[in-house]
Amino acid sequence: MLKDITIGQYYQAQSLIHRLDPRVKIGGTLLYVITLFFYKNFIGYGLAILFLALVIRLSKVPFKFMVKGMKSILFLLMITVLFNLFLTPGTPVVTFWKLKITQEGTELAVSMALRLSLLVIGSSLMTLTTTPNNLTDGMEKMMGFLKIFKVPVHEVAMMMSIALRFIPILMEETDKIMKAQMARGADFESGNLIARAKAMVPLLVPLFVSAFRRANDLAMAMEARCYRGGEGRTKMKPLKYHKRDFLAYFLLLFFVVASIWAGRLKLPMLMVGVA
Amino acid sequence: MSIVRTENLVHEYERRDEEGNIEGVTTAVDHVSLDVKEGSFIAILGHNGSGKSTLAKHINAILSPKEGTVWVDGLDTAKEENLWEVRQRAGMVFQNPDNQIIGQVVEEDVGFGPENMGVPTKEIWERVEESLRAVGMYEYRKYSPNKLSGGQKQRVSIAGVLAMHPKVIVFDEPTAMLDPGGRKEVIRAARGLNQVEGVTIILITHYMEEIVHADQVFVMDHGKIAMQGTPREIFSQMERLKDLRLDVPQVTLLAYELQQAGVPLPDGILTRKELVDALISPRIDSLP
Repeated sequence: MLKDITIGQYYQAQSLIHRLDPRVKIGGTLLYVITLFFYKNFIGYGLAILFLALVIRLSKVPFKFMVKGMKSILFLLMITVLFNLFLTPGTPVVTFWKLKITQEGTELAVSMALRLSLLVIGSSLMTLTTTPNNLTDGMEKMMGFLKIFKVPVHEVAMMMSIALRFIPILMEETDKIMKAQMARGADFESGNLIARAKAMVPLLVPLFVSAFRRANDLAMAMEARCYRGGEGRTKMKPLKYHKRDFLAYFLLLFFVVASIWAGRLKLPMLMVGVA
Repeated sequence: MSIVRTENLVHEYERRDEEGNIEGVTTAVDHVSLDVKEGSFIAILGHNGSGKSTLAKHINAILSPKEGTVWVDGLDTAKEENLWEVRQRAGMVFQNPDNQIIGQVVEEDVGFGPENMGVPTKEIWERVEESLRAVGMYEYRKYSPNKLSGGQKQRVSIAGVLAMHPKVIVFDEPTAMLDPGGRKEVIRAARGLNQVEGVTIILITHYMEEIVHADQVFVMDHGKIAMQGTPREIFSQMERLKDLRLDVPQVTLLAYELQQAGVPLPDGILTRKELVDALISPRIDSLP
C-alpha cells in the first residue's frame, strides 16, 4: 500500500553502524569517496573492499540491499568498462578485427569498475543505516558554519524534513485524485508520450491546489505553536558525540591514511599482465 | 477571573479582484464582546461562514483585530511584544489533523512547541511524556503520524499544544473531518483536559452533540453573537435554533416534537437518559 512506502531506503536494524552519529556517517562517506580516487594499484582497492565488507558486516544490512543500488548503475558501469577496454591506446594484449584490448585499457577498465561499485555501495550503506530525519539533522549541524555567509541552514533543513513528512500524504492524495479523475473518464495509460503528458494536467492541477492549501494550513499551525525560525530554539534530540563516534572517526582516518599510502605504492594495477 | 476577553471585536476580510483592487469587504466578526472564565468549558456554535473560526484565530493572535481589543490572560493580542506569550498561553487545535503535524514521529511532533519556546532538552522529554499520557497516546510515541487514525492524529495534535503548557486551548472544529468514533475520542480528550488539568477549553463546532457538556454556549450568526447561555437554555429555544440553521441533537428534537404533540415534558432535554427519566416519571404517578 501507499501508506507503507518508506522514504529513502532506510533498513531498520539494531547495529553499531545504525547507532553512530549521522555526522560521522556523512563525513565518513565523503572521506571514503574521495579516498577512492587516490588509488593507483590493487592494494588500495583491496583495502577498500576489505574495509567496506567489514562495515557492511557490522551494519547487519543484508548484502542484497547493496546490490539493489548497483542495479541502477549497471548500464553506466557497462559503458564505462567497454569504452575504457577498447578505446585506451597502449600496448595491445588481444587484437581481433579492428578492435584491440590494451594493457592500459584493462587496468583502467578494472579500476573504473571497482571505483564506481565501491562508491555506490558505500554511499547506499549510509542511506540504508541512517533515517532521513537523522540525515537532515546531521546535515544541519555540519553545515552550521554556512550561517556566517547568511545561508539559511536551519530553514533548509526544516523544509527537507517537512517535505519528507508530506511525501506519503501527497502520494495518497495523488492516488485519490487519479481515481476520481478515472471515474470521470480520464485516461492516464494510453496514447503516446505527449498525450500521456497532457493527461497529467487534470491530475497535477488539483494536486498543486491542495498542496498549496496544505502549506498554508501548516504554516499557520506552526506559527500557532510559536515557530519563529532557528533562533533561540532548543532540540528535543540534540546530536551528541559518544565514545563510539570518536572511535569511528579514528578508525576511518587510519583507513584513509593507510589505504592511500598503500594505494599509491609503485605496484601494478593488475597482477597479471604482459611482462 | 476571565482568561479570554474580547471587547467590540471587528474583523473584516477584503475581497480583491485580479489587479488587487478592493472589490468589497466582508465583516466576518462584527462587534463581538465575550468573557471566558478561567477553567471553564465554552462552546461556540454556528453554521459555515458565521465567523466562528475567525473569532478563534483572534484568540491565538494569528489574526489581529481591525477594531476592538482581545485580551488573553490580561495580554493585549494586538501588541507585537505580546505575540509569542499569547500563542504560548492560548494553544490552538485545527481542523485537519494532517496539516498540523510537523514531526515524522509522534513524540517529535509533541516536542515541536517546547523546542520553539526554547525549553531545555530534559524538560522537553518530561513535557512530551506527560502530554502524551494526558491524551492517552503514550504507547504510540514512536509511531509515524501517517499510521494513526484521524482521532488519534487529532489527539497527538492536542498533546502537541498541551506540551506548551497553555492556559486556554482553542479547538477550531477539531472533529469536522473525523468519523463518529474519532469525534468521541477527541471530545473525551478535551473534556479530560478541562476536568483533570483545569485547562480552559473553547470548542468551536457545528455538531450540537458536542456542546452538551459545555458550561456556556455562544451561538454565532453573521459575525454576531446571536444567543448565549447554558446548553439547556440554548436547546430550549428550538424555533430560534431552526432560524439559525442549526441542527439540534436527535433526543432534544424528539422531546420537542413530543412536547408539541401534548406530552408533558420539561424544556431543553439534552441526553437520552433525561428523556427516558422524564417520560417514565409521570407514568408512575398516573398508575392506578
